Amino acid sequence: MTNDVMQKLTYREAVREAIREAMKKDDRVFLMGEDVGRYGGCFAVSKGLLEDFGPTRIRDTPLSESGFVGAGIGAALGGMRPIVEVMTVNFSLLAADQIINNAAAYLHMSGGLFNVPIVIRMATGGGRQLAAQHSRSLEGWYAHIPGIKVLSPATVEDARGMLWTALEDPDPVLIFENAGLYNMEGMLPPDIGPVDIDKARIRREGKDISIISYSASLFKSLDAAEILAKEGIEAEVIDLRTLRPLDETTFLDSVARTHRALIVDEGWRSGSISAEISSRIMESAFYELDAPVERLCSAEVPLPYARHLEEAALPQVNKIAALVKKMVGTHG
Amino acid sequence: MPRTPIALSERIEYLAILNEKGQLDAELEPDISGEMLLRLYRAMLVGRRFDERLLDLQRQGRIGTFPPIKGQEAAQLGAVAHLRPGDWMVPSFRETAAELWRGRTLESVIICNNGFSEGAVISPDHNDLPVSVPVGSQILHAVGLGWAARYRKKDDIVMTFFGDGATSEGDFHEGMNFGAVFQVPVVFVCQNNQWAISTPVARQTRSATIAQKAIAYGIPGIQVDGNDILAVWAAAKEATDRARAGGGPTLIECLTYRVMMHTTADDPKRYRTEAEVETWRGRDPLTRFQKYLLDKGVLSGHDQLELDTEVLQEIQRAVDNAEKQMQIMGNPLDMFNHVYAELPPYLAGQREELARELATGKEVPS
Repeated sequence: MTNDVMQKLTYREAVREAIREAMKKDDRVFLMGEDVGRYGGCFAVSKGLLEDFGPTRIRDTPLSESGFVGAGIGAALGGMRPIVEVMTVNFSLLAADQIINNAAAYLHMSGGLFNVPIVIRMATGGGRQLAAQHSRSLEGWYAHIPGIKVLSPATVEDARGMLWTALEDPDPVLIFENAGLYNMEGMLPPDIGPVDIDKARIRREGKDISIISYSASLFKSLDAAEILAKEGIEAEVIDLRTLRPLDETTFLDSVARTHRALIVDEGWRSGSISAEISSRIMESAFYELDAPVERLCSAEVPLPYARHLEEAALPQVNKIAALVKKMVGTHG
Repeated sequence: MPRTPIALSERIEYLAILNEKGQLDAELEPDISGEMLLRLYRAMLVGRRFDERLLDLQRQGRIGTFPPIKGQEAAQLGAVAHLRPGDWMVPSFRETAAELWRGRTLESVIICNNGFSEGAVISPDHNDLPVSVPVGSQILHAVGLGWAARYRKKDDIVMTFFGDGATSEGDFHEGMNFGAVFQVPVVFVCQNNQWAISTPVARQTRSATIAQKAIAYGIPGIQVDGNDILAVWAAAKEATDRARAGGGPTLIECLTYRVMMHTTADDPKRYRTEAEVETWRGRDPLTRFQKYLLDKGVLSGHDQLELDTEVLQEIQRAVDNAEKQMQIMGNPLDMFNHVYAELPPYLAGQREELARELATGKEVPS
């Protein structure tokens, strides 16, 4: 594949094209949520789709998170393939009963009679000066729940390719789009197809340490790896892509090669997905380690509003690089 | 400028046709065929006797906790009888009579109340959802199903049941609002049985009726004597006809009473008087319908006795069948079957681990 046939797309456009393709392929697919139609979505993801597909399939709804998630579950039970947009993960808490007690448990509660093929997309993450109640990163918290799948596309390719695979999945799938990534550009072949949603990827190879990350933190980890490379430290950077089910084989194999592991996670440290990964490394790769597993997470505070405070609270490139240097330098 | 009253598009009526003594308001009597009247009577009788038998089984330790329906048979059957097989019935957890009407087997109810997921079945030729435990959450599923039916240009409709307690939940509001805005073909049936565990309806709402909440959503609402199957039938007929014709949703409030406990884990003597319960026993839906049928000549004293025996025999056969079927149920490894459509590797691992523990049973700490 050469560059002249490659297409430049932002992450936002990639999600939009994924929705557009799904709508064209399958007339059971529809998009609903607050401001997804006339307004084009609060993050402009669905801009133009109303004109292309009309108000029946691009549905503006009442401001009612439990409402559109619950109705989405009903529509899925009735044979549709809904894409429900919850504006951000912060508001998904209003639909938590529908997501956790209903969608995630429906197959079990119905004795195997009903799958719920719903896809729920939502923006997540901080770093945009939107203050505590609009900046949470709760995807790791949803990854605690059996019965749902939790995707966290970081790259433009995954933003483009994960949606169709999620729609084909018979179980409920949550897709978390870090709002800080929407403007990121990437090159994609025009015939880009669906991608798998159950395997992690090594985004940069290295032999000295495994940096395990996902979503926006992936790019901070890659930037740190670039800096470290100039100082002779070769960091391997892993993109988890999916937080449930967690592909532990990829990071355990990596740790077996590098003997060190740092987890970078925008979520809070206590009871986090980083805690889960750390625990799995202890359980399955303890004797491969030359240094204790380390974690770089957000400060355990409601995320501050002021720019410099918010920056200080989130994982940053310089912090990652400094922590890696400490880990590589002081052990083994 | 003077203050002026705002004209609201809906007004709320109360409907009763057969009073508690079984006396009929002949002008309001709905036109129901003799065959249907007998089907309804039999279904009420099965609902009543089965409920009593389930309570015995529970007290004998032969089933687990369950929510009795006694006294609410008319409020369920008068409504659900209007559904076609392709329509959707979306219950809460106290609509056993309605579920049986839709083809669920007595056996499956017993099996389910013993905690086996094999009991969570619905009749294969009916489009129903299984019981819903998170209070009020099923109202939204009904709305989504209704919208899906409209999208697919089908004339299927949806009927969902919930209690008075559910009307205090956010999902009730969101469901009513969503359903009204999108004019979905859904009939919302509130079983106002006066009690949500120990909380009386006066603690759920300051509104004089639940039916009047329909006004706020811009849809028709009606309050009926829920222990009068003819009134429930008449109101539900209007509502289902309207939904099927594209006229959108309706809220029906059935005034009824939870004669028994919330579930078998509850003791209502702690929070309500026996006198109140006795008053409602005097308004029993089954005896008044029986009198109506006898007066009308649809049912004879002889038929009635025969039916009583037949129903008890049917229930006994179901108990025997269910207990036989349950002997081979309950493999602990089955708990992994219905988490995802396909068992993911990590769950397969947990399943294998449990299988190993079970194989060496004695080593598992008790």
